[in-house]
This record gives sequence, C-alpha cells and structure tokens, in this order.
Amino acid sequence: MFDRQRTKKMKGDGQLKQTPLTARHRALGAKMVDYAGFEMPVQYVGVLEEHNTVRTKVGIFDLTHMGEFELTGPGALDTVNHVTTNDASVLKEGEIQYSPLTNEEGGIIDDILVYRTADGFLLVVNAANAAKDYAWIEANLKPGTDLRDLSDELTLIAVQGPQSAPLVEEIFGISLAELKNYTFIEVTYEGTKVLLSRTGYTGEDGFELYFPNALADTMWDECLQKGEKYGVEPIGLGARDSLRLEARMPLYGNDIGEDTTPLEAGLTRFVKLDKASFIGKDALQKQKDEGVKRRLVAFVVTEKGIPRQGYPLLNLEGEEIGAVTSGTHSPTLDYPIGMGYVDVAYAKPETEIQIQVRKKLVRAKIIKGRFLA
Amino acid sequence: MSEQLRFTKEHEWLLVKGDVIRIGISDYAQNELGDIVFVDLPSVGDTVEEGEGIAALESVKAVSDVYSPVSGEVVAVNEELEDSPELVNESPLDQGWIVEIKVDGVAQTGDLMNKQEYEAFLKEV
Repeated sequence: MFDRQRTKKMKGDGQLKQTPLTARHRALGAKMVDYAGFEMPVQYVGVLEEHNTVRTKVGIFDLTHMGEFELTGPGALDTVNHVTTNDASVLKEGEIQYSPLTNEEGGIIDDILVYRTADGFLLVVNAANAAKDYAWIEANLKPGTDLRDLSDELTLIAVQGPQSAPLVEEIFGISLAELKNYTFIEVTYEGTKVLLSRTGYTGEDGFELYFPNALADTMWDECLQKGEKYGVEPIGLGARDSLRLEARMPLYGNDIGEDTTPLEAGLTRFVKLDKASFIGKDALQKQKDEGVKRRLVAFVVTEKGIPRQGYPLLNLEGEEIGAVTSGTHSPTLDYPIGMGYVDVAYAKPETEIQIQVRKKLVRAKIIKGRFLA
Repeated sequence: MSEQLRFTKEHEWLLVKGDVIRIGISDYAQNELGDIVFVDLPSVGDTVEEGEGIAALESVKAVSDVYSPVSGEVVAVNEELEDSPELVNESPLDQGWIVEIKVDGVAQTGDLMNKQEYEAFLKEV
C-alpha cells in the first residue's frame, strides 16, 4: 500500500525550513511532513478530531510558513493595484481584502490577503509561492515603493473556531466586539506589538496573530493554557485542508493556479475590471467578453466513493467534462464533497454529473453556495 | 493471535486458514494513514492477481491501495467496514480485517515476515 498519493515522510536531511514552533509540535507528538519546503505538523491526534474541535470549540494553527511582504512609500498603493486584481484603493487603514495576483494571461500566480497598514501594505502570501511572488512583485514595482520580505521575522498563529473570540479576548485583555471580519488592529503583548486580524481559512469565526519570532513559544503556550477551559487543541495541516474545503475556499495548487483564471475559479467579485490598469486586465476583460469555457464548481457525492484530485468528471452520458481539483469525505457532513472544473454547460447548481472513482462511476450533484448550512 | 500473522513489505498482513487467506493492514500502516473514513471493498466472487489493488482505504487526506499478496478469488469481505471504517484504525490486526481470498493451490508465505521480522523491518523504514 501507500503507492498512491503517498505522504512525504520526513527524512531529517536538514534541508527543510523550520518554524520557531517546530520543537513544540514535536513535543506534542505531531506527525511532521514536508509542506512547501517547511517541516510542518500534518496532524497531532488525528484529522477528524482536530477538524471537529475547530467546528465546535477552538483550535490553534502554526502558519508561520506563510509569507509576509511589506510595501511602503508613496508608490506602494500603485504597486499593489498593479499586481492584484482587486482594488486596494478602497481599503482604509485596518482593513483587509482578498485578491488574486495574476500574470499577463490572467492566470493566477497566487491568492493573497492585502492588509492596509498605517504606512503602506502588508501582503500575506502562500508559502509555496512566496519566492515566486516576491520576484514577481519586485519586477513590477512602481516608482517610490519599498518592498521588504518579513517572512523570516514573523510568526503566524491562527486561532479558529466558535470559542476563538473569548480566548483571544482573554489573551490580550481586550474586547473584540467591534473588530469586524477582514479587519485588523495592533495590540501589545508583553511589550511586543502583535497584528491581530479577524480572518481565517476554516469557515469559522477566527483570528490570525502576526508577531516577531521571539514571542512564538510564549504565545503558543499562552493559547494552549488560556484555551484549556474552551477545549483548545493544536490543529495540523490535514484538518486545515478539510476545514477549508467544507468552507468552499480554494486551495492554491489544487483548485487555482497559473493555468486557471479568477473568472473561471468563481473569484469574479475580486476582479475589478474598472480599475485603470493591472497585470492581466486585458486578458481577463477578453475572457469576460467571450465568456468562460469552464468553471470551478462544488459538488456533493450522492453515492459511495470519495473524489480525489485528478479524477475525471463526466456527464450522465459518460463523456468527460472536467476533473476534480479537491475532494474529501466531509467530517462535518459525513459524506463526500469536492470541487473541480467542468465545462460551463454543466456548471449550473443541481446539475447531476458523474465521477470516475477508480474503476467505478459515482453520481454527484453541483451545489450552489456553501457545503455547510 | 498476531504470532500467526505474516507481513509484507507493503505493510499488509496475512492469516492463512487452509487455502483461504485473510488480509488486513498493519498497525504501522493504519497509523501512517490516519483516520480511515471509507473502505472501498471488492465484491465476493471477484478474482484477483497477486500485486493487484484489492481494496482502497480512504482517509480524510488521501486514498491508499491495498495490494493483494496472493492470486485467487475473493470469498469474503469485512462488511463491518462499510459502516465502521474506523475499525481499521482501532483494531487493524483483528476486527479491521479487509478481505478473504481463496488461493489456487497452496499459499506461499515463505518470503513473508513474521511479527519479529516485521518489527525489525519497520526500524529500517
């Protein structure tokens, strides 16, 4: 066994980057894997339990592998608006927006978060794309922009779940009632500045804490200690993936990539074609005018069988109409769910399709909106 | 019980009962896979060749094939796994068995490992 989609095992060859919390993960008995060149915890006690903890209580994630770039100077806004498809000019200090980063062909280089800070922007990028993104932004800087890579200086812990607000309030001694989704504030913890945003990748209420590496162990321990009465558990990348899929959030490298555009991926609301210009605008305008030929859809499986990346999607006549990009057995719903690209003719909600699961064909139905109620 | 089991390098185990061989996966294997959420079983009456995929174990994260260490005919499948796939995690060597195959002729288990040999093998993995 193990021949298919084999988990990459740690070989301890010293090539992988570690986070300031690696020793903590090992001490907690986490199973460590190579993820985007980092040694990261894929699970502590088990994906199902961790998944359910975030849905019902609160979980903490080490996301230090993510990249953070700071853009300052008079040209920072022009640069951000040149490389992203969304419109950063509408952001006020303390606000955050999601945006694809596209190439000239409209292909997605990365999907990122743009934080509007007092003196510029903070871009939070996927770990696997960080080096590529930095080079891309550097090559497309507008005059008067200072670009700095803070990835190696900052630790990122996400606190996610219905009990995340009381836990974070207790840690910092503040009220979060006024902190809206996709906004952030700066708080002080033991004399150190912490950027605290109400964001996440789980579909639950949640927060992300960015702070200097020196504070990593203290903050992690504090989350676990203060969170004990809320039932907190550390959560690995395995549950992070099943949580985001249930929340119908795309994963770069699975559901979106350089060979797909934001319009095909259903990210149209993050593409502002009325902006003066941005990289990829012409290609995306053309695609919008001509209409997309395929769309990223979400589907539920109505028979037995779990969709996995790369499995063919077929119409009821058995003709291939696309492929699965993400799939799992939903721990919350207790049935299989997935996402994939299909020919636009089959993208309407309620359309019945088939998935080739190994030797079998199983039925699935395109859904509208979220998987979870 | 586990003294009678023979293990493959692919982490399956075999229990020989005359010309019928019961097959499952090792404790190491279930631990590596994590929570099993679905077991795709063959049908009774299917014929399998040695080395062919005979069942698929789905965790939240991935799917893994179980390869048949013998050729023959499927004479039983563990139907308990249809509703309780977690038995593979909880009791891999006993209640989490997967299939039984009736082999053609005498089962060849000479090149398989006994429990002690398998444990030694795991230290090298």
